[in-house]
Amino acid sequence: MASFWPLIRLLPKKTNFTYVKFAGFAAVLSILAVSASIISVFTGGFRANPIEIYQQADGSPLARIGAIMERGFNLGIDFRGGTSILIEAPGPIDQEALRALGRSAQEGDVEVQGTTCRPTNAPPYCAILNFETAPDQSATVEEIRAGLGAVAQGARIANVDSVSAKVSEELFSGGLIALGLAILLMLVYIWFRFEWQFGLGGVLALFHDVILTLGLFSIFRLEFTLTIIAALLTIVGYSMNDTVVVFDRIRENLRKYKKMPLGELIDLSLNETLSRTIITGCTALFALIGLYFVGGEALSGFALAMIFGIVIGTYSSLYVAAPAILIWGVKRGREGGEARGAPQTAG
Amino acid sequence: MLQVARWRIILVAVVTVFGIAFAFPNFLPQSARDSLPGFLPRQAINLGLDLQGGSQLLLEIDRAAMQRQQLDNVADQMAAALREAEPAIRYTGRGVVGDAARVRLVDPTQMEAAQRLLRPLALSSTGGAEILTFSSGAEGLIEARITDVHMRELSRQAAQQSIEIIRRRIDPTGTSEVTIVRQGDDRIVVQAPGVSDPEMLKERIGQTALMTFHMVREMSAEEAASGRLPPGTMVVQPYPGGRGAGPEVVERRPRFTGERLVRANPSTDAQTGEFVLSFQLDSQGSTLFCRITREFTGQRFAILLDNQVLTAPSINEPICGGSGQISGGFTAETANELAVMLRAGALPVPLTVIDERTVDASLGQDAINAGTTASIIAGVVTFVFMVLAYGLFGVFACIALVVNFVLLIGAMSMVGAALTLPGIAGLILTIAMAVDANVIIYERMREEAQAGRSPALSIDAGFSRAMITIIDANLTTILAAMILFQFGAGPVRGFAWTLSIGVITSVFSAVLVTQLLIAWWFRMARPKQMPI
Repeated sequence: MASFWPLIRLLPKKTNFTYVKFAGFAAVLSILAVSASIISVFTGGFRANPIEIYQQADGSPLARIGAIMERGFNLGIDFRGGTSILIEAPGPIDQEALRALGRSAQEGDVEVQGTTCRPTNAPPYCAILNFETAPDQSATVEEIRAGLGAVAQGARIANVDSVSAKVSEELFSGGLIALGLAILLMLVYIWFRFEWQFGLGGVLALFHDVILTLGLFSIFRLEFTLTIIAALLTIVGYSMNDTVVVFDRIRENLRKYKKMPLGELIDLSLNETLSRTIITGCTALFALIGLYFVGGEALSGFALAMIFGIVIGTYSSLYVAAPAILIWGVKRGREGGEARGAPQTAG
Repeated sequence: MLQVARWRIILVAVVTVFGIAFAFPNFLPQSARDSLPGFLPRQAINLGLDLQGGSQLLLEIDRAAMQRQQLDNVADQMAAALREAEPAIRYTGRGVVGDAARVRLVDPTQMEAAQRLLRPLALSSTGGAEILTFSSGAEGLIEARITDVHMRELSRQAAQQSIEIIRRRIDPTGTSEVTIVRQGDDRIVVQAPGVSDPEMLKERIGQTALMTFHMVREMSAEEAASGRLPPGTMVVQPYPGGRGAGPEVVERRPRFTGERLVRANPSTDAQTGEFVLSFQLDSQGSTLFCRITREFTGQRFAILLDNQVLTAPSINEPICGGSGQISGGFTAETANELAVMLRAGALPVPLTVIDERTVDASLGQDAINAGTTASIIAGVVTFVFMVLAYGLFGVFACIALVVNFVLLIGAMSMVGAALTLPGIAGLILTIAMAVDANVIIYERMREEAQAGRSPALSIDAGFSRAMITIIDANLTTILAAMILFQFGAGPVRGFAWTLSIGVITSVFSAVLVTQLLIAWWFRMARPKQMPI
């Protein structure tokens, strides 16, 4: 057995990175990124004027803010409502003819998208036809089905999603509520298992991760679907998982080294858990990168969100959750003379 | 030192054997699965609609219509209560306005007596919360509103009844794999695997299929068209697709309705060879039908389906056997369809389709293939990575991972959770994350060894100290999955299932299975030095 294998031996037995030293810099970076994400969500990815939307929208101020947020994302059919029809054909699809067919089937906005077909390229030509919500979606679908022959020889409908405005609104608000609830539950759990400073630090990290991922989807206009909500909740779980491992070590070290200054103690704990952070992060990333490339269109969005979330989640465990404890300080052992750690943002 | 309790060994062995037994059918073709001996599980993983292909409809009860129906009843009950009182209380203006049923007392001074009389109506027959709230206005006006609680209860009941009726309509033989379940108070999800065109489903669900029998008022077309109809009559149009008897003028009030039907079958007329619908009435219906046909012999009566004329034959002789046949220019197909509808009965309330999804089966197969490839890649990458990083201990982790995968598949087959496209993503994530517990344990061992402990002590300490962290870390994931399950619809729910089952199986295999393997290895190898 060569001495460099298992490779884990190559990792230094003891690392001495001084994370806390860069916490100030990281804080500035994080605040900038979070602000940019929030602004993006409220300006349709820096493409719309929120004040204008607010003035044009109807209803209560809350509904108007909702209208602004809806513009913040490239919402998928689940959240936007309407009908989306995937059409496949063995020959090229005449998009203009398809649009004309769409217009004749239903009044209002009709959108035609060329799209990448299935990974197997079975029928080589695909297009998506999107409609706004209408009272009778099925009549529309029937009309499209009947008229397809004129658009492309042998064209057929492979997939229909039809979501009424009522359902899409429920899903959108339901998704946001689920996210909020998940974060709240994490706060309670960490509070219960650790101390409130840890809980707040963990939740701060979660907000950080979720907001940045939302920002990514907002800025790059990536399609925001139900699956992305699932990804966001998984990111919440993963990031929390990461944070808990670090917190656990901090708690253990707090008992072990009663006199060590808090900043140093956090550095030590982060160093001790570093190899685990790297290895787990790597396996997850490798698997997700595979999913991104071969998982097909439906899963690539999920994979992308997760890849981003894991990177951000790891970062936030190191640079948001742990330093946050430093700000609020923490009660140390019963005999500990100093009740609070140095309450400064070491920077 | 490094003893593993006997019960743990037994636990691991038993769980693994069960896991294999439950996972096994998934790797067999359907025919082999069917021929498995009876004591073995043969349930394979339930594929979600997005992988299997098919249609899903989300139906919602038309609450406004239901409220109206109910208020109509309430108004009737109120009127009856006042009328039947001793002495009777006189009222006018019985009706439904907005969300309230109302009557107006002729003599407002009787208000108190009336209220006392109506009071019992507010109590539910099964006990429990009040079902109505009364309010009285000026000039003897009494209004009754249905409470929110009761409205929800009614929705639930209506949804439950509708599920039964929908099932009888779209799956009369009970053989297809249609699932119909209630969601929330007032919604119904219909999932039909393999159905690529939901129109047929919707047509069958959407029809109210209420059959009514009315007497025909003979009058010329001009008279009917003039709009001066005798009181209590209406013009009805022919049923589309039927032979069409032409518009008829019939009595508004049905002589009796299809509820009296106990049997409806398609058959052929012995004389003409034409397709007809044979029916059988219940005893009350037979008596009624006998009386009507005797009274109106020689006249015509109309059979209406959803207020459209199916046929309007003349009564040649009294029909007292309780059975008869309806001819309406049917084909074999339409006669059969109609029989199914009539047998199933009418929906208690109208339903609207608020969400509809159709996935082509080949699209689902593509998703399965892509998911399988991605899973294999994830598995191989994780294997290679773990073995490279941890050597022999990495191999142990890989064995635990295989056990984990088998358990996950077995558990999913056992509980009948649907595997959806996002669920495959959850599976892949679980594979990648399952080694996390191993990594935490191994890293702990490395630290302990570094602190100068013997291999045996390091291994022991690695397991015991890592345990708290592992439980804390995985509980958070389960919490997130629980929320997802609560919120999620269809595919996302499948993801939540996979994720939560995966977390449990991965902790089991990473902790218990690995511990067993390492203990065995340790006893055989007696290492002087930690291999990691």
